Formats: sequence, structure tokens, C-alpha cells
Amino acid sequence: MLGGPVSKATEGAGGLTGMWRIRRPEVDNSMCTKCHLCWLFCPEGVVRRGCKGEIWIVYEFCKGCGICAEVCAARAIRMVREV
Amino acid sequence: MIATGNHAVAYGVKAARAEVIAAYPITPQTQIIEKLSEFIEKGEMRAKFLRVESEHSAMAACIGASACGARAFTATSSQGLLYMSEMVFWAGLGSFPVVMAVVTRALAPPWSIWNEHTDILSQRDAGWIVIMCESVQEAYDASIQAFRIAEDRRVRQPVMFGLDAFSLSHTSERLDLIGQEEADAFLPAPEGDWKVIDVQEPTTYGNMASPERMMEIRHSTMERLKESSGVIEEAASEFSRVSGRQQAGLVEEYRTSGAEVMLVVVGASSGDAKDAADALRDEGVRAGVLRLRVIRPFPSERIRAALQGCKAVAVVDRDYSFGLGGIIGQEVASATGAGPFNYIAGIGGRDLSVMDFAGIARDAIRRAEAGEGRGEIWWGIKGSQEPSR
Amino acid sequence: MRNLTDEEYLLPGNAACPGCAAVMAMRIGLKVLGPRTILVIPACCMSVVQGHCPKTPSKVPIFNTAFAASAATASGIRAALEMKGIMDVNIVCWAGDGGTADIGIQSLSGAAERGDDLIYVCYDNEAYMNTGTQRSGSTPEGARTTTTITGKSEGKKDVPGIMIAHRIPYVATACTSYPLDFANKLRRAISMRGTRYIHLLSPCPPGWRYPTEKTVEVGKLAVESGAWILYEWAGGRCRLTGPSSGLAERSKRRPLEEYLRIQGRFAQADPSKIEGMKRRIDEEWERILALCKG
Repeated sequence: MLGGPVSKATEGAGGLTGMWRIRRPEVDNSMCTKCHLCWLFCPEGVVRRGCKGEIWIVYEFCKGCGICAEVCAARAIRMVREV
Repeated sequence: MIATGNHAVAYGVKAARAEVIAAYPITPQTQIIEKLSEFIEKGEMRAKFLRVESEHSAMAACIGASACGARAFTATSSQGLLYMSEMVFWAGLGSFPVVMAVVTRALAPPWSIWNEHTDILSQRDAGWIVIMCESVQEAYDASIQAFRIAEDRRVRQPVMFGLDAFSLSHTSERLDLIGQEEADAFLPAPEGDWKVIDVQEPTTYGNMASPERMMEIRHSTMERLKESSGVIEEAASEFSRVSGRQQAGLVEEYRTSGAEVMLVVVGASSGDAKDAADALRDEGVRAGVLRLRVIRPFPSERIRAALQGCKAVAVVDRDYSFGLGGIIGQEVASATGAGPFNYIAGIGGRDLSVMDFAGIARDAIRRAEAGEGRGEIWWGIKGSQEPSR
Repeated sequence: MRNLTDEEYLLPGNAACPGCAAVMAMRIGLKVLGPRTILVIPACCMSVVQGHCPKTPSKVPIFNTAFAASAATASGIRAALEMKGIMDVNIVCWAGDGGTADIGIQSLSGAAERGDDLIYVCYDNEAYMNTGTQRSGSTPEGARTTTTITGKSEGKKDVPGIMIAHRIPYVATACTSYPLDFANKLRRAISMRGTRYIHLLSPCPPGWRYPTEKTVEVGKLAVESGAWILYEWAGGRCRLTGPSSGLAERSKRRPLEEYLRIQGRFAQADPSKIEGMKRRIDEEWERILALCKG
């Protein structure tokens, strides 16, 4: 629409939200039980699961809320202070 | 046929093949939506009728439908229009080509169901094209032209057209309809390419615009409103051809040539103003009538041209902006750079007759000859020192 | 969880606060709803979450509308799609508690009474969070907001109850800490036509005053303490769902204090106030259990 206020889907619509982070989640896949509760509960959708069930974090946008570490019963994710 | 203004609008909207109608009852508009509801229930018209719980929701539903590319219509009046106002702006600022009939009626308190134009004029800054009808026939004609203007690629803005409470809404006059084929040729089925909601091409409509973007968005709306003047004239001339009836575009000039006094009028009482001009001309007073059919975009150039060389200009306002003056009077003043005599008349449905218009024209000449400047006259107010007739 | 796609319809890097339960639920909700979905969003936190034009995190269409107008806007969208013969699209209002319980209740009630074909999800963070935590009709008793600094003295408006009174096909409550329960309820709602309503309790770290990582735990405590009851109402029948189905007996519930103490908004609630809150919760349980008995 002519000059209309229409927006298209893109990552980072709110900016590089990883910059907001004070603490960073670090995943130890050797301790991971592949329950994927971190994936389920991550508000941002920055916890990704691979074909073997392994987990990684998209740090570009992870806001560091710490929910993934909190819901991880195996304690495979720990929050580390950003320097 | 013989029909009321309200029924004329319903016939027009049927001919225009509106697809979604959402409306809420309010006197004196209700017959429009009753008739449309009847058309749909009898299977004479294919449309979805949403019997919503408020005018706010009526316009919200029209916007939702229009955002999907559908042809949407509603009608309201007075309090209903004000209650709807947030969404009226949403439609205008969002460039959704919705069409709305407004049966103009005074605002409360105290309660009044009678005619006044303050309601429709209160929405003049909302990004809508605003048309005011003179007759039952014109209400029908406008209801078809409105969709064509609104949906035109160069415009894509909503259109509201006003008809005066009772003197048009409930008065039966002769009405000529155009055939459905002619209507379809004049107004083809909506392309709907203004749609902003589409699961095939998903977008987000209307999220936050920063100060870096907002001004350009408003600027483009401004340009389309400007552009609409030509589109309105085109629609009028094309509809004149289709209907065989001469259509007014932005303004109608009646016996304006050589006029020493000009009555500037809006809406249904324009006919009375014209009769007054005829009577005055018979008596040797060179009176003319400039009827503003379109209020937005305001036809400043046409007004300037028509009023040039006129000794006395009498703008008759059936509305009021408290703390300033008559709304049309102020706008004419700003368009011409000269102060007209601004007659506030017919408020709350007070009679405004041929006699009144003749009296106003004579009063304006007297004031002009006495060298009075711009002035505001509450015509016919009781207990006033002003001469009434 | 296997039923949930890895496809993200709400993309990372949106403007939500860290630990936001509302986007957590929208992310899951969109996985269930799928690409043939139109979201209608009134003024609420979700208007901010979308970020600035011309960017948006949403891969499904969003139509932003005025605060009071989400249900009516959705009704208009449905009418237009029906006229155009498009029948396989979910039209979903996604509104906050202010836009639902307060300013938007008229248009919601109108749409529900007409039976318009839409799903309405109220994500309830129990105050006007977008404007900085002012009291809403959905704020619970005792909660501190910026307009009730000594704690709200009235109880929470029962919007699901109001929706049940409309006799619509489906009403459910949910909580963001039980995403699979929420997903199941959305699936049931999608399988029906008419107006369907889900009231989703959605904890809010800044508004409820707890650390961001506690979002899931706070929501779980709301349910396990019985302060928030999970149920669904369909076809004239009500049933408890998830953990709530085992909490009909008061003794099975965790002490309310555990739910209150984890949040700052209830810090000033004294024991007598807490007793009052417990009484309200008991009354609510009696009402829902009676509804379940039919």
C-alpha cells in the first residue's frame, strides 16, 4: 500500500536484543537429557534443537532471561555473567 | 419511484454491491440499515450484515473487512458518529476505503433528533472525503459515487456523505435509479488490492511508526486527499453520463454570474437558498448561491473563483465551533482571505426557509453597504437585538 | 511436545521484556495455529513487542486495531473472508487483560453474542503493563500497582465466567507455565466454529516484581496454590485440566503464601489480607467445582 504502515517479518524487529543481556546461558550438551523444556519455554525462540537433539543458543537475540537454565532439571544450562 | 433519503441510500449501497455492512441503530439513520438488512435477508443483495453492539464496533468491523479488500459500508448519525470517532480516524489515517452515510443531527445535551451539521463536521480532520447531499436523488447518486472515489487508486481514502436529518432522511421525493448493469459498469467489483491482510503474503499492519516515518505516512495521505478533488469531479461527470442527471462535483454554482450577494450553503436547505435567489433576482437583487457539495477536500480554489467580485458574502452555517464561529464560515474565510458574514442558522433543527435565506441575503447587503467587517450573526435567535428577518 | 513444530512464527529479536510469558505463549500458540492465521491485536504489550515499522517479528498477518475494538475488527475480517470464500483461516484476537476485561469487553461481548467465528485469547498479566503497571479489572485483590500502591482492594473480574454466560462453544483458562495444556486447548478451540475464548494467565517479571528466570515457576505456583484454576468449558460441561484436576481438595494445594512471597507486588499484604484472598480463592473453587458437577 502506498506509503502505508506495513511491516515484513524479520529477525531483530526489536533490534539486536542480545545486547540487552547481562547473563549468558551456556549449554553443556554432555549433561543434556534432551527433554527440550528449554526449547519449549524459551520466550524468544532462541534455543534451537538439532537433529540429534542437541541444544544451542542464538546469542544474537538471546535476552538472557535465564528461564532455560531454570527449567533445566539436568542443570545442563548455567547462566554466566557477561563481562 | 418515490423514496425517502434513507431508502435512497439503501438502494444506492445495494447497487454499489457493498460486501460487508456493519451498523448500529440510531435515529434518524436507522431506516438505511433496516432496508439494507431487508435486501440481504430477502436475498436481493449478497452481503454480510453485522448487527454490531455499537458504532465503535461498526467502524472497527468495516475497517477489518476493508483491510481484507472487501467493500464495506456503515451509516450513523450524531452521538453514534462521535462514539465511533476513534475508528473514523483509524479508517482515515489507515487509508481504508470504507463508505459511510451520516444523517446529520444535533448533538446532546439536551436530546435533539433534529438537523444540524456539527456532527459530521467534527470529523473533518480524520482523512475522509466529506460530501454533503442536497436531495434524495443526490443521496442515492452519492452513495454509488462514494465507493468509486474511495477505491480509486489515486485516492484510497474513506468517504462519508451527509444527508440532513428528516428534511432528507425522512422526506419522500422522486428518485430515479440506475440499472444494475450501469452501476456495475460505473463501479466494477472491488479489486481489493488495497488489502493489508493476506495469509498468502503475511504482513503486520499498523505497528509502531517512529518519528522518522510518521510524517511521510501523513504526507502521503495529504497528497491523496488533494488528488481526490480531480477524482471526485471525474466521478461526478462520469455519473452524469451514466444517469443522465447533471451531477455537482466539488461545488454547485447557482445564478452566481454577476452576483452582488452570494449565499454559501451546504446540504438540504440549499434548495431553499436557490428559491430565495430566484425571488431576489425577480426583485432586482442579484443574488447567487454557492453550494459546497464537498467539504473535504475543501474546494478553496473553486470558492475563491466563485466569490470574486461579490459585494456581500453570506456563509450560512448549520453548525458551530465554540470559541471561533461557524465552521464553514471560518473555512471560507481562510480560503478567500476575506471575512464573510457568517450566519449561524437552523441550529438543532430550527426552521431555515426561503424567507430566511432571502432575509439573510438582504441583511448581508445592508451590512456590506454599511461597511461592516467580518461578523457572526445568530440568525433568528430569540431575545436578540439582531434583526431577525 | 512432539506435535509442536520447530518452525518459528514469532521471530527472535522482538521487543518484549526478558522473561515475558506473553511472548512465550504467543510463540507456542502460533506453532499450534499455523500459517493460515490472522492475528488481531489491540493496544497492549503485544503492540510494543512487534517493534517498529517496517519490521515485525510475526510471520503470520497481524492487524493492529484500537484498544476497544479487537473482537469487532475480527468480526469484520471474518465477514470479508466469508464473502471472498476463504473459510480455512483462524482469526485470532490476542489481547491483554485491559483490552479484554475493561475497555474491550463490549466488543468481545457483542461478537460472542453474535457467535462470530473467531478465537479470542486474553493473555492476562493482571494490570496495564504496557503503560507501566496500572490496576485493571483483572488485577487480583492485594496486588500493588502504580494506581493501587497499597494493594488493590477489590477482587479480580471473572472474564471466563462472563464468557461462559454467553453460552459460546468453548471457554478455557490456561497458564503460560503449562504450554502443552494451552496448546491442547487451542487445538480444541481450532476444531470448533463460533466464538471461542481462552483466558491465559501470563506472569510479568517487571509488573509482578520477580526475577526474569522465575516466570515459569511463578505461573506454576499460581496453579499449584489454587490461585489460578485450569479448566475448560465446552458443550455445557466444565472439567478441570492439568494440575488443577488434582487440586479440588484444598489440602492438596500449596500454601498461597508460596505464590505471594515470590512476587514483590504482594509484599505488603498482611496476614488478614491474605486470609481474605484465601477465602476468595476457596469461593472460586466452589464455583468451578459446582460448574464441573453440572
